[in-house]
Amino acid sequence: MNILSLFGKRGESASVAKNRLQILLAHERADDGSDAVLISSLREDILAVVAKRVEIDPDSVRLEMDRSGDVTTLGIDIELPAAKAS
Amino acid sequence: MSNATVVVVTSGKGGVGKTTTTAAIASALAKEGYQVCAIDFDVGLRNLDLIMGAERRVVFDLVNVVRGEASIKQALVRDKKLNNLYLLPASQTRDKDALTEEGVEKVIGELRMYFDWIVCDSPAGIERGATLAMRHADEAIIVSNPEVSSVRDCDRIIGLLDAKTKVAEEGGRMPKHLMITRYDTDRAKTGDMLATDDVVDILSVPLIGVVPESKDVLKASNVGLPVTLSDEGSAPAKAYMEATRRLLGENIPVTIPEEKKSLFGKLFKGRAA
Repeated sequence: MNILSLFGKRGESASVAKNRLQILLAHERADDGSDAVLISSLREDILAVVAKRVEIDPDSVRLEMDRSGDVTTLGIDIELPAAKAS
Repeated sequence: MSNATVVVVTSGKGGVGKTTTTAAIASALAKEGYQVCAIDFDVGLRNLDLIMGAERRVVFDLVNVVRGEASIKQALVRDKKLNNLYLLPASQTRDKDALTEEGVEKVIGELRMYFDWIVCDSPAGIERGATLAMRHADEAIIVSNPEVSSVRDCDRIIGLLDAKTKVAEEGGRMPKHLMITRYDTDRAKTGDMLATDDVVDILSVPLIGVVPESKDVLKASNVGLPVTLSDEGSAPAKAYMEATRRLLGENIPVTIPEEKKSLFGKLFKGRAA
């Protein structure tokens, strides 16, 4: 039982490893691994648009990126100031 | 005033287990409830993100922060399992001089305000990256395999820790801990490998842990989990947890891994392989 489960797990984790590497390397080969400049400008543009309507605390902005397959998603969470108690 | 402790994980030689150790200790500290940040100093060849399973979520990196292109908070990647564990990734740039001494000092100074523990993963070698990683450390974990070239390189690194760090320049002595990794229980028994006592004697650094060579380490890296999170019952996870408790000041004896299989178990294993 020990040996069977070992084999099962090993195969599984190796294929996870391959998949993770494929996604990562596809991305890094494509653009040298750095979209920092693009993301930085996108972030500033989006914040500027939002800031026209609401005040934002720059510290309450969170960036989330996720790459899977050919798709990269960028999420920007902006915490809006608490509504005044009425 | 901050009470943060900055620990550098260093070795001189490559491939001995610095990144594995950084990920394992950082997450073990986080599991104990501390606010922890792991920093990858291996600019150009980052891998701590991959070992911690955060590679898909890296947006900015250490170099972006040093250059002022992103704030520290933007660059920190939160661990997917522990919400008090963060990673500051290295950059993949080829520019070797991307990190400046002032830049690194500022980053560590700011991180000290947010975190209890800052664990710096040093690149191999004794060049700029390695000296910057150790520069602001309060303590050092020296990773060695029980093997001659690794021990010799650790000795070089100990020399640097006692000369090139802020602590040393201010006349202090950097507290050091020796972590022996890839310890082979079979070869230890037959005497074909340096014993832990030999390594401790040669380097004169107190032992903080002995981690056995184990496929659990490889499996954990495959799935992107620090070994202390992927299988808490595994021998390397236990060794790292124990080392972490010693790092936290507990006075517990170091467990030397032993071959636990019976003769029957060995035969069985031999036949299956």
